[in-house]
Amino acid sequence: MRAWGRSASIPCGSVFVRERQGRMQGFPGRPAKDEVRSMLLQQLINGMMIGSVYALTAMGGTLIYGILRILDIANASAYVVGAYVGWFLYGLLHNLFLSFVVSMAVTGCLGVLVQKYIYTPIISKPNIIAIVPLITSVGLFIFTGDFIRLLVGPETKNFSATLPFEGLVLGKIIINPEWILIMLMTLLLLGLLWFILNKTNLGLAWRATAGDSEIAEAMGVNINKVMALSYFIGYGFAASAGMMIGILYSSIYPTMGDIPSYKMLAIIVLGGLGNPIGTIVAGLVIGLAETLISAYIGSLFPRDAIAFIVLIGILLFKPTGLVTRKSHV
Amino acid sequence: MYILVVSISIGIFVILALSLNIITGYAGQPSIGHAAFFGIGAYFSAVMTSTFGISFWLAMPVAAILTGLIGALLGLTSMRVKDDFLAITTIGINFVVVAVFQYVPFFGASLGMSVTRPRLFGKPMGNVEIFALVCVVIVLLCLFMLLLKKSWFGLALASIRNDETAASSIGVDILKFKVLAFALGTAVAGLAGTIYAIFMTFIYSSDFGFLVSVSIVSMVVIGGVGTIRGAIFGAVVLGLLPEIFRFISDYRILVYGALLVLMMRFQPQGILGHDSVVVTTIGGLVASIRGKSTVRR
Repeated sequence: MRAWGRSASIPCGSVFVRERQGRMQGFPGRPAKDEVRSMLLQQLINGMMIGSVYALTAMGGTLIYGILRILDIANASAYVVGAYVGWFLYGLLHNLFLSFVVSMAVTGCLGVLVQKYIYTPIISKPNIIAIVPLITSVGLFIFTGDFIRLLVGPETKNFSATLPFEGLVLGKIIINPEWILIMLMTLLLLGLLWFILNKTNLGLAWRATAGDSEIAEAMGVNINKVMALSYFIGYGFAASAGMMIGILYSSIYPTMGDIPSYKMLAIIVLGGLGNPIGTIVAGLVIGLAETLISAYIGSLFPRDAIAFIVLIGILLFKPTGLVTRKSHV
Repeated sequence: MYILVVSISIGIFVILALSLNIITGYAGQPSIGHAAFFGIGAYFSAVMTSTFGISFWLAMPVAAILTGLIGALLGLTSMRVKDDFLAITTIGINFVVVAVFQYVPFFGASLGMSVTRPRLFGKPMGNVEIFALVCVVIVLLCLFMLLLKKSWFGLALASIRNDETAASSIGVDILKFKVLAFALGTAVAGLAGTIYAIFMTFIYSSDFGFLVSVSIVSMVVIGGVGTIRGAIFGAVVLGLLPEIFRFISDYRILVYGALLVLMMRFQPQGILGHDSVVVTTIGGLVASIRGKSTVRR
């Protein structure tokens, strides 16, 4: 019995519950500690789930920045587009896997178009000031948001998806099936990204270009392909994140990209601007910070401002972000 | 009357665009959170006049100076964070400031704050008087900026804008000039805020959000970054846009977004910027009328 008590931080279903009930009668102090611990664990899990979605959303911006050195706020448009395309496809096909894949592919292709016809011409002009690509991305973001509103309507659409598995209940900790989906998808996609970046020639080309684009080009790297890859993967990931959030909250609406766009910026910068690992770390940090702060300190700050406060705080101490670009994937 | 109201709005935008031009145009620091300082000035003067009963004519410069001091702090942080990082930091500041105004009860929280119009020559200021005030401020501001541009200060800012490392290596005090640029730009934005407060007689935290900052930046950039004429032109055009496109009112935001993208794609220096199509064409016409050679030296 005591052994179970000590390993209370790894609850094991009903045995734990029964055990706790036994204790509650005799030792009123103990359950409070377990309560606190399981609430903390629950918040940690929540935070990590949210953080991984943030990381996926921001990954596109990181990949794009790594190559083009521009902050693409329109990545958040990919988030919204992906959610809507996924919703539409799911309504049509009722197949979650297909909806994800096609939505990501479609949004990725849109990204390549945007890169080819809007961003590359802009940055290939001499003497542009840093703010021009940023304004472009804001313009794109505004445009697509309103385009979706005009095309599909401003009202919130219901996105109820039936998932092929159920959730988990571990003692006091509840893991929704949507969270499991998010965790699986995130691991899958990030694993795929790691594979591409580290085990393929295209990934090597990307890393070379991110390090020094001129030398890479001189060595024969096809910059166009690398740029297209960044946008395809980046926008695709954002699309999947949008879809996941849509499924999680069972709703999508045209302005759902507004808040992620700001947080995405904070995460990209925190992650070291162009460092994929840093982005994952930063995403998790922000997700955890938000969840824990709003759970324990509550209404002092609006939840969405937390990301920026963390950002400003860290930037003041470490201007290059949490993880510097030297420590690459 | 309606034309007057629109004109005042545009006038305030002109002041904002000119103030941002000092920071982003002259000093080359990307600042996309300018609306925060617009709001700080507005709230400061609102608090001073409504809560403490200070006369507006005293509150206005004090609010502007206070805003400038806060802006100077931002200038200090710009030493630690550069370019893209700085842009994001300014966005963050915008959000944090708006959150403060929205959640701190002292500022009226989400209900906003009401402002009474000050008295001028005995009676409360009407729109005509406010318009006159706006015009006076714009004229003074333009004169000031022209002086600034031609002065040593303007030259230093230009050097920082073009190449900060090179400028510091020849002895330009980057810190001093950046901080001054931010202080000036934000102080003027605060001034605009005070005028906005008495014009609208009611201010909300949402009046000073990120989208407003984006509008101000678009005005400067579309008009022609780094030029006074550009900032004014941009403010006027973008300020009039909602009126011009009233007939397609549902598509206004769409058009605005597309306009931003197209402008940046095809004419990033702005319509009246240094090397824009319009300016070179007009320059060429003028030169040919004068009979001078149009060959650029």
